[in-house]
Amino acid sequence: MAEPAPLICRDIHKTFNKLEVLKGISLETRKGDVVSLIGSSGSGKSTFLRCINLLETPTSGDIIVHGDPIRFTENRKGERVPADNRQVELIRARLSMVFQGFNLWSHMTVLENIIEAPVHVLKIPRKEAIERAEAYLNKVGIYERKDYYPAQMSGGQQQRAAIARALAMEPEVMLFDEPTSALDPELVGEVLKVMQSLAEEGRTMIVVTHEMAFARDVSTQVLFLHQGVIEEQGTPEKVFDNPESERMKQFLAPKF
Amino acid sequence: MLDLKGYGPALAEGAVVTIELAFFSLALALTLGLLGASAKLSGNRVLTGIATTYTTLIRGVPDLVMMLLFYYGGQVAVNALSDYLWETRGIDFFFQFDPFMSGVVTIGLIFGAYMTETFRGAFLAVDVGQIEAAKAYGFSRWHTFRRVMIPQMLRHALPGIGNNWQVLLKTTALVSIIGLTDMVRVAEEAAKAERMPFHFFIPVAAVYLALTAGSELFIKWLDRRANVGVVQGN
Repeated sequence: MAEPAPLICRDIHKTFNKLEVLKGISLETRKGDVVSLIGSSGSGKSTFLRCINLLETPTSGDIIVHGDPIRFTENRKGERVPADNRQVELIRARLSMVFQGFNLWSHMTVLENIIEAPVHVLKIPRKEAIERAEAYLNKVGIYERKDYYPAQMSGGQQQRAAIARALAMEPEVMLFDEPTSALDPELVGEVLKVMQSLAEEGRTMIVVTHEMAFARDVSTQVLFLHQGVIEEQGTPEKVFDNPESERMKQFLAPKF
Repeated sequence: MLDLKGYGPALAEGAVVTIELAFFSLALALTLGLLGASAKLSGNRVLTGIATTYTTLIRGVPDLVMMLLFYYGGQVAVNALSDYLWETRGIDFFFQFDPFMSGVVTIGLIFGAYMTETFRGAFLAVDVGQIEAAKAYGFSRWHTFRRVMIPQMLRHALPGIGNNWQVLLKTTALVSIIGLTDMVRVAEEAAKAERMPFHFFIPVAAVYLALTAGSELFIKWLDRRANVGVVQGN
């Protein structure tokens, strides 16, 4: 039997107080896909990413992680909510997220940050989790900082630590929410380099980004969102070199 | 050498009572504070209502009035409950509501209300990103609370806890009114009998001062520990 797709999203809608932010977004991934979500701010790309791991509950639409559809129900107010919180926790553990603001737990050292979820959520023996953490810290190039607290490191190092934290979950899909937007320009490169190496290893990634070079050179699929709909979708060659939509052409046009 | 006219041992015992009373009350206040703050932030209307009533009521009534109410009223309530249980269920239940117990309950309840506000503010000061990261990594609500919210909240709560603790320590002096033989009570008796108020009250004041000063150092040390990983970076 064929391996189920790591992630399928079907017709995702999201409404905040009557404001429809997502108007039916669908996405199908294959293993090893690197999907870049691009678009101007307010286009809904971050909201879509946050719907995937249920940080926002989609108003309608299906999310299927490795063949496992997330079950929903309605609460007393008639709002759609996940039916089974335990299922959501398990699914989140398979979709690790890297945030724009890093969000490393500030009271834990880097190593503690990385082993926290593997030990307490995945129930991996502590010793094994530490070995795994150290291997990933080596990979992102900050092994020597493992006993530092987040506040003692640069933004680039913190983001690489956050990527190691995500990798230590050995997730089905990695979600990146504008991972370089909070970084000083000279630190962006070190984070993008790590992400590119992950892509080359065949990890499935969904990346909300403003880094057009990354989207063009590293991704297998590009989604251009505008006002909550997918305006343009396809391979980077198609989206960047032969865009069909006017919006995409405008988005790519030199701004000055 | 200070001559305490034979009241020395009684004063020392009184000081121990004061310290015990303060620690038991603190434990109760911290527990109630955590529960109160969790209730206020739970989003559940009933729980929020209960916690708000509690803090409003407690903070609006003088400590002394509360203490008298609990001491005299407490025994009446225990008696009534005891009679009711015996008559209806045949359960033999009774305990003496002694001054120590009413002291702990009253001071614990009063400072529980202040701690509720301290903890509530501290929980709200935790960066949402920290909680979001916990959610995104599959933490349950309880795990998030225990491993992220509590340690991060403590950093913000410590100064408030420290203040409350110092006031609490001094509030224990009120229990001498309801007949508990704490340090203040012994000093009062000695001062009256010997007609030497300065001689007995100044040492008592000094003990309180030593306790609060010692606490301050301890809290500073705790504060440094809780802020590890924050201060160095700034």
